[in-house]
Amino acid sequence: MNSTLNVVTSQEYKYGFVTNIEADSVAAGLNEDVIRFISAKKGEPEWLLEFRLKAYRHWLTLAEPDWAKVNYPRPDFQKIVYYSAPKQKTPKYASMDEVDPELLRTFEKLGVPINEQASLAGVAVDVVFDSVSVTTTYKEKLATVGIIFCSFSEAVREHPDLIKKYLGSVVPAADNFYAALNSAVFTDGSFVFIPKGVTCPMDLSTYFRINNKESGQFERTLIVAEEGASVSYLEGCTAPQFDTNQLHAAVVELVALDHASIKYSTVQNWYAGDKNGVGGIFNFVTKRGLCKGKGSHISWTQVETGSAITWKYPSCILLGDDSIGEFYSVALTNHKQQADTGTKMVHIGRNTKSTIVSKGISAGDSSNSYRGLVKIQPKAEGARNFSQCDSMLIGHTCSASTFPYLEVQNRSAKVEHEATTSKIGEEQLFYFQQRGIPTEEAISMIINGFCKDVFRELPMEFAVEATKLLSLKLEGSVG
Amino acid sequence: MLSIKNLTASINGTPVLNGIDLEIRAGETHAIMGPNGSGKSTLGKVLAGHPAYEVTGGEVLFEGQNLFEMEADARARAGIFMGFQHPIEVPGVSNASFLRLAYNKKAEAEGRDELDPLEFDDFIHEKIKVVAMKEEFLDRSLNEGFSGGEKKRNEILQMAVLEPRLAILDELDSGLDIDALRVLGDAVNKLQRADRALLIITHFPRILEIIQPQFVHVLSGGRILKSAGKELALELEERGYDWVLEEAAAGGAR
Repeated sequence: MNSTLNVVTSQEYKYGFVTNIEADSVAAGLNEDVIRFISAKKGEPEWLLEFRLKAYRHWLTLAEPDWAKVNYPRPDFQKIVYYSAPKQKTPKYASMDEVDPELLRTFEKLGVPINEQASLAGVAVDVVFDSVSVTTTYKEKLATVGIIFCSFSEAVREHPDLIKKYLGSVVPAADNFYAALNSAVFTDGSFVFIPKGVTCPMDLSTYFRINNKESGQFERTLIVAEEGASVSYLEGCTAPQFDTNQLHAAVVELVALDHASIKYSTVQNWYAGDKNGVGGIFNFVTKRGLCKGKGSHISWTQVETGSAITWKYPSCILLGDDSIGEFYSVALTNHKQQADTGTKMVHIGRNTKSTIVSKGISAGDSSNSYRGLVKIQPKAEGARNFSQCDSMLIGHTCSASTFPYLEVQNRSAKVEHEATTSKIGEEQLFYFQQRGIPTEEAISMIINGFCKDVFRELPMEFAVEATKLLSLKLEGSVG
Repeated sequence: MLSIKNLTASINGTPVLNGIDLEIRAGETHAIMGPNGSGKSTLGKVLAGHPAYEVTGGEVLFEGQNLFEMEADARARAGIFMGFQHPIEVPGVSNASFLRLAYNKKAEAEGRDELDPLEFDDFIHEKIKVVAMKEEFLDRSLNEGFSGGEKKRNEILQMAVLEPRLAILDELDSGLDIDALRVLGDAVNKLQRADRALLIITHFPRILEIIQPQFVHVLSGGRILKSAGKELALELEERGYDWVLEEAAAGGAR
């Protein structure tokens, strides 16, 4: 088992180290010149620079959202470094030999398989370090069946028509404060294109690493599955331990055409700050999938364990008739972590179906909220939604909240919402102990049981690792 | 096997056991009876190591070991089993995997081979026959949605799997109809051996017609008021508890 994501999950926070590498960075601060600089660095076409500037100008008119149940010092956007890349001679690595050995050692230490020979599990990986994609594995092999899997910057250069067609088509540049910011300053990310009728032969994955103390990470992911195509995509992330907060504001767009299927799994393990809430990543992410075609299917599975603040709502726009949207989430908060996460399911097409399964686990002094919108538009005849939102509390000083929003504009729709709150308490643990099972293993088993409906959506070995990660994050929380 | 000397315990500062003395030898079956709130269940929980209770005095030796130096899970692995009056429900955790983990923890502690899922499958299919449990209950979540009787059946299944040296059964008969009680009572009897012991905690004597004790103790106010042979159970059935309490009060006054 050697996949990127297993690596993210397999240990206590041992990813807190910093790589000392010479970086090519722009001075902190944001203005149109910085945006022009980023665009020039990437050798982008004029239309893309315009896209960025337009987003930036719109962003200036927006206020940071404050409706989420999270409290944090507002980032000073003029103190953030918007571009930071490991220094290199050429704008693109022609082969792995050109990559700084220090950088290679970093990923070795993280256990990310950037060398194809070493990658036993056969997962293709795109590796993003601060603002740039370092390498993408199995690119050639995937290309033989017509699949494009490359860094976003490369896609802009090599496949400008596809980028122009789909960029911002799901999350418009003006969508929200952080999406607008991302649209202005995004640096790299992954691009996936699965042509008509092709089933991607291996899991694709992107590994994100923030290294620079002052830099934000603003990556952009775009996945397009044409008619009848299907793909499973995994995302993992870590960051060094700093006593300041770093901003991560990504945008992920998925497009599924007729009968296409996209499965997007995330294990988020950004640095969460210390026990007293010092440091940690602010994770303000916009993820949205468009079920554009008939019978298309988009499924989000997320295991959120890191970040000081999480603000994230992977959503599905169910435009095509008979399309299906799914959201399976485990969000765990401990110590001073705060998470406000959930989904939006917007039913537009007829006979569209959505399923929401959210499992929130809060421990320590943390705050964990589920926020979800189910919207049935007037033409969504026969639409159906089922939502299950369960919260589990560990200890007495944490909190869990559920904010379900329902907007039903079609009488034939069927919407169900179930919610439960439970507590890992003395009695439960005593029962396990009385059968000879030590507390730590008992917690692991109870949590695993609680999250089962979500974990079974994850790739097999990944689910095992996710269980371990949750247990580690909860160590010492009970008793 | 179990030697309790002047045991006192409290919960949230309120005394609930006020000096218990009890000697249980291998091969014996003891019954603890008493009115509601007498401290019967408390005694079981204190022996099993429930964290809500504080032991304030006295001594308990299990096989010569100081029980209070062992965590609850270590006591269980050493062979103390408690059948709960109200077994808890654990959604998402399959009954079979829970049973297997419990079995393997004990096997590991005793230096026996652990069973993999396939081996355990064979093993457990023999065991469920003993308590006449339907197979589907193995795949269901631990106690979730089980009726009161099914939960009790599951408790005795766990006992059959773990084969404890000392089994403390707390109100096994509550929530059971007479047929189910007979099945489970017989299962418990079959598990009794010369090197094992049973402590039956019950309010009603009817279970003692099936699991017959050699010793019956009446507990009230956190003390054992009277100990006698199994005939005491019959007398309690006929006369209730009041006379024992009155007798004890009179004895105390004397």
